[in-house]
Amino acid sequence: MDQRKCECGHTNPVGTLLCESCGKPLNVEVYEQTAFPDMRYEGMARRSQTYTKKWIDRIWNYFSSVKIAIGIIIVILVASAVGTIFPQQQYIPVPVPTEADVARFYTDTYGVLGTVYYGLGFHNLYSSWWFVTLLVLLGTSLVICSLDRVIPLYKALSKPRLNQHKSFLKGQKLFAEGELAPDVDQAELLDSSALALKKKGYRIFRAERAIMAEKGRFSRWGPYVNHIGLILFLIGVLMRNIPGFYMDEFVWVREGQTVAIPDTPYYIKSENYHTEYWSEEEMPAKLELNGGVIPKSFQTDAILYVNKNAEVPGKKPDLIEVQKGPIIVNHPMMEGDLAIYQSGVQEMQLGALNFVLVDVKQGNKELGPIKIDLYNPAAEQEIAAGIKVRVLDYFPDFVMGKDGKPATQTNLPKNPMVALEIVDESTNQNEKLVYLQGSVLTQKSDGRFGLVFKKPDLIDISGLNVRIDKAVPLIYFGAFIFMIGVVMGFFWQHRRVWVQTQEGTVLLAAHTNKNWFGLRREVDGLVEQLKLPVTVEEKTKA
Amino acid sequence: MQLIQLSDWLLDIAFLLYVISSIVFVVAMTGKNWAGRDPKQHEQRYGRIAYWLAVVGFLAQTGYVVARWVGGGHSPTSNMFEFMAFLDYCIILAYLIIYRIYKLNVIGAFVLPLGVIMLAYSYVFPKEVTPLIPSLQSYWLHIHVTTAALGEGILAVGFAAGLMYLIRTVPQHVSARSTKWLEFVLAVVLMLVGFILMESTFARMDHKTIFEMNKEQMNPVGTMEKVRVEYTMPAIVAPADSKIVQAGPMNPWFAAPSWMEGKDAARKLNTMLWSVITGVILYGGLRLIFRKRLGALIQPSVEGIEPDLLDEISYRAISIGYPVFTLGALIFAMIWAQEAWGRFWGWDPKEVWALIVWLFYSAYLHLRLSRGWIGAKSAWMSVIGFVIILITLVVVNLVIAGLHSYAGV
Repeated sequence: MDQRKCECGHTNPVGTLLCESCGKPLNVEVYEQTAFPDMRYEGMARRSQTYTKKWIDRIWNYFSSVKIAIGIIIVILVASAVGTIFPQQQYIPVPVPTEADVARFYTDTYGVLGTVYYGLGFHNLYSSWWFVTLLVLLGTSLVICSLDRVIPLYKALSKPRLNQHKSFLKGQKLFAEGELAPDVDQAELLDSSALALKKKGYRIFRAERAIMAEKGRFSRWGPYVNHIGLILFLIGVLMRNIPGFYMDEFVWVREGQTVAIPDTPYYIKSENYHTEYWSEEEMPAKLELNGGVIPKSFQTDAILYVNKNAEVPGKKPDLIEVQKGPIIVNHPMMEGDLAIYQSGVQEMQLGALNFVLVDVKQGNKELGPIKIDLYNPAAEQEIAAGIKVRVLDYFPDFVMGKDGKPATQTNLPKNPMVALEIVDESTNQNEKLVYLQGSVLTQKSDGRFGLVFKKPDLIDISGLNVRIDKAVPLIYFGAFIFMIGVVMGFFWQHRRVWVQTQEGTVLLAAHTNKNWFGLRREVDGLVEQLKLPVTVEEKTKA
Repeated sequence: MQLIQLSDWLLDIAFLLYVISSIVFVVAMTGKNWAGRDPKQHEQRYGRIAYWLAVVGFLAQTGYVVARWVGGGHSPTSNMFEFMAFLDYCIILAYLIIYRIYKLNVIGAFVLPLGVIMLAYSYVFPKEVTPLIPSLQSYWLHIHVTTAALGEGILAVGFAAGLMYLIRTVPQHVSARSTKWLEFVLAVVLMLVGFILMESTFARMDHKTIFEMNKEQMNPVGTMEKVRVEYTMPAIVAPADSKIVQAGPMNPWFAAPSWMEGKDAARKLNTMLWSVITGVILYGGLRLIFRKRLGALIQPSVEGIEPDLLDEISYRAISIGYPVFTLGALIFAMIWAQEAWGRFWGWDPKEVWALIVWLFYSAYLHLRLSRGWIGAKSAWMSVIGFVIILITLVVVNLVIAGLHSYAGV
């Protein structure tokens, strides 16, 4: 006889364990709990358990195994932990401009272990090819595991198992059987069982000599819903690799400066930056700060512009203001997909040098103020009638080069050196002065002009992080679906109770996917209420 | 100011009540075999008293949370003291919820002592209310941290039930691998107790040892000075390349290896050594007094409980705690990170460890639901899971520096 054909007459698909119609175990004559098929997938045929021939079957079967999935999870877990032993490259606390500096940091700080750590590439573990591969494998496993199970399960659960074979009922963890007294009306017994279970919130399916009461079926979909959520989440993460979906830029903006945000038509201007500190009156309790302070807010007052001529290469930018307001930590400036975050600051940086030009020969008579903008020094400025100051040479971060010539290390004014020429057009006199490290070098020992120092302009430079992440809504949506799935699956249970009568005996069986304690209580309540002549036995599964 | 004073008192009251409740629970569990008593009645009676003590303690702690929230102007979850105290609050809350479902008193005999240890641990950290730095000024501080703590609290109850399952079922008549591991787990719990004892004792004694390290640091006034490290506990291990400025009660035995050059690395190592030593002494002392394994010592008091029920409670707690943890420690965390730092995920050590906890419990659930890991295997996993949570909360904050590190011990 065809194995797939059950004695009840139903023909099952290849691989079925429990007859789809009557629930009798197929293939083998099993009445013992130990050999009874697991109820998780309702004894349905699963692709992975049925086909093993072709290579595609092998791959499918490999990834459909929960054992493999758990293996991948554990490997990711261990790898993630390894990545926290020493800081990842992005979290190194000191500047490491070159790869050699990175290598040196690990060796100098952590010794031999650090060298090995760097050598194995663990300083960039989470973006390494093998770690990303592991995540992709996990994603594949998620998809295949879910498909392999959800389709047969859907087929099984959409057709309630009513009127099952005795061996099916006997195979359940909760099972009871008892002789009925001859005078008992069996139909009435089933009716009252149905009523009692209905009161407990069960949905009742009724046949002539059997009822099946079911509740919380939807919780069986929980695992699949949460896996769909995870898949959406992972798709969201992968989408960030599509050009235009993800952008991460960092710009430094001085007070008063307008800078272009790379790869966008936008420009940003910092009008003002300020740090606020908690005052002592505001603090809820007295603190021993030893002269220290606690910052209250980091804020850049900014204006965002869009360049109307961004599409036309080479054309002069035409800036139009689109937004104006503060950028504060935890409160980014948003413009469409673009978000601008306050994420760093260099405070009290030299912005401009201020001097007063004096005439030494006339008893230090003040001629007029000079301002040297260290970011954009004016080539020539007129101080007084006929007296001009020219910038001959400017090194923002002065060093004496190896060739004996002055040079600059960076283009930030950390150690400015300025060579000035002062011209008096009325007398056709000119003199050269050099400012360096807080002092002035003069060309002649008895020159006419001198410089008096005034307080330099100090400015704050805001570090702004500019990001676009179009995948975020999908990522949140995936997380939301995941939550719905786990709540469905864990906070509700799928419970089924079968009551059947067969020639003077009553059969009672119950199944749940979790919380046997609660189901047991319900079944005991039913037995007591209806005074069923049975004792419930609960088998422990080996 | 008065509110904060009040909150301190309320927390002390809660602590005291939890201690008394734990003692009464122990009496309920061990006293049932005393002569002249009906075991069931005895357990019921004392279990009830202990339960109500825990409820009153919980109410006092609720008062603490409210008073400190109002008085401090933000939810009490912004530094290590506040967080550990809040986690403790969540553990007790989770116990009360589980109790309402299962009406099983004795879970309290394990959860309440756990609560006492966690609360005592929080007392080790500086208690002052500090104003929030800019990155913490967000309503997500309240939402993310409280939900994460609640999830961890529920998972902790899963651990307590799992540990009870092991003590109940691991056979104690022969020495086996399982008995050794169980003893190890109990010894680790005693090390945590040892740490709290040492820390609170020496904090009061003022036997400071001060070292000066061979490197410089800017002080608040803006000048450079040598880095100083202050030990409250006697020094076993000195910071690498340092000299003693003020001698303590004992001379250090050795110096920390040079790669432990963080300012506090050696001090943390010293604290850890003392915790291990005290834990081992406590464990050894108990073994000497009772002349049996600690597992065997506790086993009789849990004898009457159905192991299946413990297994079920442990699993139930984990299956309720897992979604809450996911929501609080991962999803809300990602939303906040996106808002504060512009990226929802940055592989910061704290983030990674939250992911590790999540992956571990995911593995637990798959093994249980799909591979039939119930009973002992499942209980061992619930214990390991809680150890990973503790690593996330304590080791990551205190040892691995990252965006989440607060001032620590």
